Amino acid sequence: MTTITAHGPAGPGATRRSYVVTDAITMLRRNLLHMVRYPGLSIFTILGPVVILLLFVFVFGGTLGAGLPGVDPAGGREAYLAYVLPGILLITIAGTAGGTATTVSMDMKEGITARFRTMAISRAAVLAGHVIGNALQAVIAVALVLCVGLLIGFRPTAGPIEWLAVAGLIALIAYATSWVGVAMGIQAKSVETASNLPVVLLLLPMLGSGFVPTDSMPTWLQGFADYQPFTPFIETIRGLLLGTPLGGNPVLAVGWCVVLIVVGYVWSMAIYERKSVR
Amino acid sequence: MTTPAIELRGLRKSYGDKVVLDGIDLTVAAGTVTALLGPNGAGKTTTVHILSTLLRPSAGTALVHGFDTVRDPDGVRAVIGLTGQFSAVDGLLTGEENLLLMARLRHLGAKRGAARVTELLEQFDLADAARKPLATYSGGMRRRLDLAMTLVTAPRVIFLDEPTTGLDPRSRRTMWDIVRGLVANGTTVLLTTQNLEEADALANQIAVLDGGRIVAAGTPDELKRLVPGGHLRLRFTDAATLDSASRLFGDSTRDDAGLELTVPSDGGVGALRAVLDRLDAARLEVADLSIHTPDLDDVFLALTGTTAPSGQVNQKGMTP
Repeated sequence: MTTITAHGPAGPGATRRSYVVTDAITMLRRNLLHMVRYPGLSIFTILGPVVILLLFVFVFGGTLGAGLPGVDPAGGREAYLAYVLPGILLITIAGTAGGTATTVSMDMKEGITARFRTMAISRAAVLAGHVIGNALQAVIAVALVLCVGLLIGFRPTAGPIEWLAVAGLIALIAYATSWVGVAMGIQAKSVETASNLPVVLLLLPMLGSGFVPTDSMPTWLQGFADYQPFTPFIETIRGLLLGTPLGGNPVLAVGWCVVLIVVGYVWSMAIYERKSVR
Repeated sequence: MTTPAIELRGLRKSYGDKVVLDGIDLTVAAGTVTALLGPNGAGKTTTVHILSTLLRPSAGTALVHGFDTVRDPDGVRAVIGLTGQFSAVDGLLTGEENLLLMARLRHLGAKRGAARVTELLEQFDLADAARKPLATYSGGMRRRLDLAMTLVTAPRVIFLDEPTTGLDPRSRRTMWDIVRGLVANGTTVLLTTQNLEEADALANQIAVLDGGRIVAAGTPDELKRLVPGGHLRLRFTDAATLDSASRLFGDSTRDDAGLELTVPSDGGVGALRAVLDRLDAARLEVADLSIHTPDLDDVFLALTGTTAPSGQVNQKGMTP
């Protein structure tokens, strides 16, 4: 093992081609391999929301459902299942973004991000691998949580077009929140901080229309709840799945996604180089 | 005149008021090993980080094979490899998967990549552990894997930041052999170390870094000549003999408590014989004699502001 064969090193000119897409796919494969190899984190992102769902439907659901406007107190639980499920789906997405922050932060601390930088792998490719990997994971998690919902009696009224729209919007929200998760992961000083920062995201569905209508909240909180991104997300998905009025929510939802993507992307790019050196 | 593998000119780096590098000039010829030697915080890692495009210098230039690290980072990245102080490996993958990941990122193609990975696993004695998760690897194995990952495409210049820190003596020797193998194949190596023995064993050129400046540079032998450190130490059985001997050698220093006399000398046989002849002529009995040739410890301690206390040369380990 003392001799190291010298492969003709790629000349400077040879590597000038752009490999962003190829490298992003390699990075995506790596992240998917992590999920397969260590399914713990992935399982937790599904188990958590399922527990919250069961808790809110079977423990609090009877009472909470009876309090919903225009609901017959006798059918409170079923009504509440229908009401809370879109919020639970958003909690699932927010939770996966937390996983993104943790894995990104681990990469930064282990120094492998610095290695990628010395290898001329563009930061866009490295981060896209994380974002797309985690968005995929979020979509799968949402589908599984939705299945649990269907098993316990959730009956959406959506037709094929609505289902398509729901799938598209879920994917878009997952992609947008993943970018925010990536930025939080780069920003965090330690892996512990990285896994805690996205708790903010987890709280947003609760501080919006996810669990109770916002007009049942005190005025000061209602002001926040009505104008934060998760309320239009939830209202749009609820409208598509159950036929509740959509209003301007779809436009707001897509708009918020664009804002989150831009913020997450710019934030990540701005701090990537500085934060990848220990 | 060929382009040097590494050229640093007036390299400076500061964070606010804190100056980390205070004007570094260094030229490294292709195919040689240069050691950056210095205590903690001297600026060794910062220099390596600037050269490997991870940090931008505050002033000055760093060139690798003529490519400027700031203006043409991708040119630099195409010819370098870095193995840092902490192994930058993917802890969730196996050794083989880590290497395959590098092969893919180096765009080797599936077939060539797989062949190169097998080859590296053999060379770095990792074939048995190839499919085991990294959690089962020892420190030495992780470090070898890290270096193997750097070598997937055999870069022309390799930076090794404290490659043997924390390794046991056997793993350290293995790492040294690997470095020698690389150089034999024409690779340029810049390594940082706090270990003087390591710099002496591997490097053609040593630059001693202290407080962000190069305080001395040269071959190990040139550096050793910089500091007076060679001497003979004579121990006598009584104070009277010590007195006589002390008068005999005017440039000597005496230690009355230990009945010892330190006589400057280059440590050669001729000089030794001359001293013994003079002692014989004066009929002075020597109880014990030891020879001390200057080593890099002396250089290091003398140059990095922590001078060796007199009468206590040959001190191992570093003074913080």
